[in-house]
Amino acid sequence: MNDQNTEEQAADAARVSPAAAVQGAVSKRARAPVRQQANRRKFIRSTVMIGGVLGLAMLGYIPVASARKSRLRPPGALEESDFLSSCIKCGQCVQVCPVAAIKLDDIDQGFGIGVPYIDARQQACDFSCDAVQCILACPTGSLTYRKPAAVETRPGMLLAQPPVLKAKENDPEPTLNLKERIGVARLARPEACLAVQGKGFSGQARGADFRGRLRYVAVDRWKPVRVREHPYQRDLCDLCVTECPIKEAIRMDESQAADGSKRYRPQVLEQCVGCGVCEMICPVAPAAIVVDHREPWRA
Amino acid sequence: MSQLERIKVMFGAAPQKPRIVKPEVKQVHSLKRMTKADFEALKQHAHDHQLVTHKWRNRRWAVLILANLLFTLSFWLDIQMLEGALTASRFVGFHLIDLNSALQVMLAHKHIIVNLFIGTATVFVLWAVLGGRSFCSWVCPYHLLAEWFEWLHLKLVSKKLVSDHEFHRGTRTVFWIVFALLAALSGYTVFETISPTGILSRALIYGPSLALGWVLLLLVFEVVYSRRAWCRYVCPIGLTYGMVGAISPVRVKYQLDKCFHEGDCRRVCLVPHVLDVVIKGRAADLSTPIGPDCTRCGLCVDVCPSGALVFEVKGLSKLL
Repeated sequence: MNDQNTEEQAADAARVSPAAAVQGAVSKRARAPVRQQANRRKFIRSTVMIGGVLGLAMLGYIPVASARKSRLRPPGALEESDFLSSCIKCGQCVQVCPVAAIKLDDIDQGFGIGVPYIDARQQACDFSCDAVQCILACPTGSLTYRKPAAVETRPGMLLAQPPVLKAKENDPEPTLNLKERIGVARLARPEACLAVQGKGFSGQARGADFRGRLRYVAVDRWKPVRVREHPYQRDLCDLCVTECPIKEAIRMDESQAADGSKRYRPQVLEQCVGCGVCEMICPVAPAAIVVDHREPWRA
Repeated sequence: MSQLERIKVMFGAAPQKPRIVKPEVKQVHSLKRMTKADFEALKQHAHDHQLVTHKWRNRRWAVLILANLLFTLSFWLDIQMLEGALTASRFVGFHLIDLNSALQVMLAHKHIIVNLFIGTATVFVLWAVLGGRSFCSWVCPYHLLAEWFEWLHLKLVSKKLVSDHEFHRGTRTVFWIVFALLAALSGYTVFETISPTGILSRALIYGPSLALGWVLLLLVFEVVYSRRAWCRYVCPIGLTYGMVGAISPVRVKYQLDKCFHEGDCRRVCLVPHVLDVVIKGRAADLSTPIGPDCTRCGLCVDVCPSGALVFEVKGLSKLL
């Protein structure tokens, strides 16, 4: 192929100049510059392509380095830089999740392409699988139960006690086999919180179009159902407290106001793993309670 | 040409004329010359009776589509046969990990867990047996897309609307080294960001993504500027599997005595430098295995009118 092209170019050049054609027919020397030129062009073309492709590939660094969207990673994820380097972008975690909480990032996230994340407001991890299946599925150890000594772990990641799953409370082993948090819940907009306002809630928590699912043990322990199919009737809104899958991770604090009336406020406790169910179920928009990704719990 | 020379050609060296040519090879050449009229008649006869077949291409497309469909259906129908994507998966529970993706992750993360090692080793053995770059033509979804767009490119070339601009084949080796270095130094799997194989595989399983725009850009580049540019000059996955294929028993074999030196095979080939041996005077032996850069796609086997190119399994042919 190479020779063919070069020869064609040589022939083209020969056609232009009859003198060169005569020379070209008798001596190889006359053809040499043409071939050299073709080779030089090819070399320049190749160099430009190498630069171009590498340049485009390195553009992937921009979303990583700049103030890109912070992501809630699936349970057991390594620290962000280790997570991006060790993830093989296969999506096996996506496939095993019973509530389809895990999504894969796109090319606009640069080096984060194909890396899993959780959008808690759309679909939180409710530990419906009990065993943290995504960790079991991960082939490279990006998601692990125990962090290897070689990688760094952030302070406040480890929980003081193994978290107890409310759904497993009556099992011989009620704890979740993961002892770390992916984030922590925070009442970001107390003024919007229905409980803080002393209001109740009735109806579909997120409206009729919401596609998110949640495990309701009373309905079926092994089959999460759509939130919209499970309407609520509460005199005081406490969905974030009752739907939290972890025992003693959030409670409703009650206090007496100066005028003697009762005041309520959801209080995030140290056992919060940051799964985001409270953020998903919160009926006000935008959610009054949110999960801060990778943050430690603060009293 | 020795295997070492064929490996050099894979890394980008130009194929060389043989220094030593066996006497029987000279004999075949002189026989082809001495009976020129008969040779021409034989050629005509072969063409008249050629079975125009796409046997290997059809088999290959079927395998490629089935393999990718199995990924998609495993997830969609939740049948759990082949979970994951081409970068890493589990076939009925057994870990399979793409060698180039594994390399990127190992270099970037510098920590190898058991499952990663098992999956990589399994795939290494699998493709060492099955032909190395056969991954490219029998599994990679980008290969199939590029093959279809190549048809468009050739159509435009024949109408003189575009022309093929070649690059130096050594660029792929440069890319392989640079992407390995980038992974090790930056700690990010840089190549995965632009790998059309990973992007397409994930898109087929998890749904469309913005990244498909990049794949489309590559295809347009290949149509209007350079034939099969990604597979030929860039993709480090191809080189990784090519290295594995260097020890593979599955390969295409060239038989000099049956060849008319017309070059149809070189015109359909993705990697025509591996077929340099079919040029008159380039064969050093009566039978020559085609080099490791060959993707074992079988287009040359299909197109050859005289059966000079055939698939062989080294060792097995002698046994049977």
